[in-house]
Amino acid sequence: MYDVVIIGAGVSGAASARELSRYQLNVCVVEKEEDVCCGTSKANSAIVHAGFDADSGSLMAKLNVEGNEMMDEMSRELDFHFKRNGSLVVCLQEDEMPNLQALYERGVKNGVKGLRIIGREELAAMEPNISDKAVAALYAPTGGIVCPFGMNIAYAENAAENGVEFRFDTEVLHIERKGSHWLLQTNRGEIETTYVVNAAGVYADKFHNMVSSKKLHITPRRGDYCLLDRSVEGFVTHTIFQLPNKFGKGVLVTPTVHGNTLVGPTAIDIENKEGTNTTQAGIDEVIGKAGNTVKNLPIRQVITSFAGLRAHEDGHEFCIGELEDAKGFVDCAGIESPGLSSAPAIGKMVADIIKGLSNAPENPNFKGTRKGILDPKVLTNEERAALIKENPAYGNIICRCEMVTEGEIIDSIKRPLGAKSLDGVKRRTRAGMGRCQAGFCSPRTIEILARERGVDPSEITKSGGASKIIVGVNKDRI
Amino acid sequence: MLNYDIVVIGGGPAGLAAAVSAKRNGAESILVLERDKELGGILNQCIHNGFGLHTFQEELTGPEYAGRFIGQLQEEQIAYKLNTMVMDIGANKVVTAMNREEGMFEIQAKAIILAMGCRERSRGALNIPGYRPAGIYSAGTAQRLVNMEGYMPGREVVILGSGDIGLIMARRMTLEGAKVKVVAELLPYSGGLKRNIVQCLDDFGIPLKLSHTVVDIDGKERVEGITIAQVGPDRRPIPGTEEHYACDTLLLSCGLIPENELSRSLGVEMSPVTSGPLVNECLETNVEGVFACGNVLHVHDLVDFVSEEAASAGRHAAEYILNGARHLASGGRDIPIQAVEGARYTVPRTINPERMDEKHTVRFRVGDVYKNCYVSVYLNNERIIHRKRPVVAPGEMEEVVLKKEQLAGFPDLSQITVKIEEA
Repeated sequence: MYDVVIIGAGVSGAASARELSRYQLNVCVVEKEEDVCCGTSKANSAIVHAGFDADSGSLMAKLNVEGNEMMDEMSRELDFHFKRNGSLVVCLQEDEMPNLQALYERGVKNGVKGLRIIGREELAAMEPNISDKAVAALYAPTGGIVCPFGMNIAYAENAAENGVEFRFDTEVLHIERKGSHWLLQTNRGEIETTYVVNAAGVYADKFHNMVSSKKLHITPRRGDYCLLDRSVEGFVTHTIFQLPNKFGKGVLVTPTVHGNTLVGPTAIDIENKEGTNTTQAGIDEVIGKAGNTVKNLPIRQVITSFAGLRAHEDGHEFCIGELEDAKGFVDCAGIESPGLSSAPAIGKMVADIIKGLSNAPENPNFKGTRKGILDPKVLTNEERAALIKENPAYGNIICRCEMVTEGEIIDSIKRPLGAKSLDGVKRRTRAGMGRCQAGFCSPRTIEILARERGVDPSEITKSGGASKIIVGVNKDRI
Repeated sequence: MLNYDIVVIGGGPAGLAAAVSAKRNGAESILVLERDKELGGILNQCIHNGFGLHTFQEELTGPEYAGRFIGQLQEEQIAYKLNTMVMDIGANKVVTAMNREEGMFEIQAKAIILAMGCRERSRGALNIPGYRPAGIYSAGTAQRLVNMEGYMPGREVVILGSGDIGLIMARRMTLEGAKVKVVAELLPYSGGLKRNIVQCLDDFGIPLKLSHTVVDIDGKERVEGITIAQVGPDRRPIPGTEEHYACDTLLLSCGLIPENELSRSLGVEMSPVTSGPLVNECLETNVEGVFACGNVLHVHDLVDFVSEEAASAGRHAAEYILNGARHLASGGRDIPIQAVEGARYTVPRTINPERMDEKHTVRFRVGDVYKNCYVSVYLNNERIIHRKRPVVAPGEMEEVVLKKEQLAGFPDLSQITVKIEEA
């Protein structure tokens, strides 16, 4: 019996779990995948919006601006990569200037600080590769970029360190009322809890509709992206959006915190909640539209493309709160962009709601800081030499492209909620995330995972479930 | 700080041959740095035969071929470090490297030979749409799993790309008990050697579909199927030609990319065609005393030619160490070699008629398949080579031999041109 069960270990669920661990509550996060950060949280634009985009007065606008303001402190406390690189909404035609002005005014109304409209000259000085057609831009110095995996994992690890339990490969099949509490049927048995937090991303409508007569509808809105190699780091330094116009919304071009360049997304409404497949049309659209705001995009430097699903609620609003007709069931639904930006504020809001319902006392043992995986690249050569002397695994490069050592990979496996799969290692250390896309390192990472976890290499998967990498030994079927 | 005359980056076939040659040509203090746990590079996973026909006049396996050069390296008592990653090369030729035992350390070199090899083009770089499940491997990764570790990466296989590693892996996977259903090739011709198409596909009844590509990957966790389609002359899929193959594995053999991240940080000028350094006939880059050879310079088909090229780089590096400035001030001018009309590039990029050997082999690739054509070389506007070839193809490296005496006959030589001429 738990006080709180959170469905979903994405960034909303993990942030809620961490904020709830401030209180004396018995909290469990159930996740159908093998790891945290496996859905929408892992495949998005990895940006922290300034907050000028959402409608004034909406919960989205409020939590976006709050989340943005909290991000510096959170990244310090929980040790994840975040950088305020500033964002630019680029206006491509003189006659669209009123729309840019309207966006500026909305931003001011939403409480976004430091906004200003800049002319072509200043824009071109800030971004030499900006399109020749750009006439002006809305500059938001508070816009930022974040490591979406790092942030999600940091929240989850800190929650786990503060006593939150995580159950992976656990899919909730059915939810029903049982007396004063909730009964969750899962593929791994029943779980009972007083409160439920529904942070199930694109599946949040499914769980909501199991307990409420006021129906919710969430559409998976697919976004295709292309990621460029670090070799073109500096192609743009700010996050560049296109001012939406009669031809559509455009795509963004942004640096990532790790020095790649990210281009995308498309926005294609689909039916399949697991439909994370890219399409040729989607990739073509991304590449084509990127050319609207920047010139000379080095498209030959694409190292991978991927698609993520936004949890688009029909009203395009965050749905956070206890359901009127299902007491103790708290929705955290419709968390699409700016969901990542808002996550610190979402977590706090969810925790405040549960705190209000439960009156739980504070957890005196709560420890709000967490240390990430040591990155030897930030050390001086002398410090690095000392580290290797102490632990030789830090002298052994496994991933050549991202220069990730065996020491970091072992750390990623051994720490709380440690990596179990190749993708788990990749999201924690970047091993396999570089230009060769794990061509060289995957056999070696499999070896380390198998050794550290004490299992046979054939047990190691790419991302849990049936995603085995090795299916047998040579000639075993001859 | 350690001090060596020559530091060789990479202990694969190019690095080994370069180091041995440098020693035999008089360089005394040589260090080879290898990031893997053994010398030999990618040859260690190439357990098929066909290596060494030019170098040793016999047919060896990859490990055997590597073994011969490792033997020579040990005979010459050349120092090497394994499991050692080069982190950086400074403009002053200070090499920063790292391994478990010595931690981070620096080596001052007088000359550097770049021999880092290449990597495979990944699924991501090919922009193949679809899901991203397990079961998608570059052919070389699969080759390592099967040949070095004894693991089967899959049971039912579709291969995209008819590069040599893909062809070799079609045969290997078949021999190990997998079913290779089809090899799809985007281009209207194969990028691999003719002998590999015959011995690895035809002999096993594996169909090769030219002008085809993968248009979809199915399966959320593990590959469940691959859709291929025919492509038009614009290399875009033709709607309505899709064919679905149920399978659990997709192997990619779609080209190799020289690994020049270190070269770039060193300020070495690169060719946009080969993605390798631009070199003169000494295989020296624009950075004095920095030489390049093997697949880091341009991707080869045959290791024998890698060894030959690397031996030349090693010899010139030794001469640079022994003669220093004299090596550079040998007079003469670097004459550019232009690759045009069917020829895509040449290695070397320039040649110095006074400094060059009596004969110099210029290697190049063509951009398309040409039948009954001529390989021609012009000195200024005069054609000096006009060699009939029944067929030339992008998958097979071509060569022409330039003679010092011929070049000497053109005192006002300003340009050498290599081209393919129709009959």
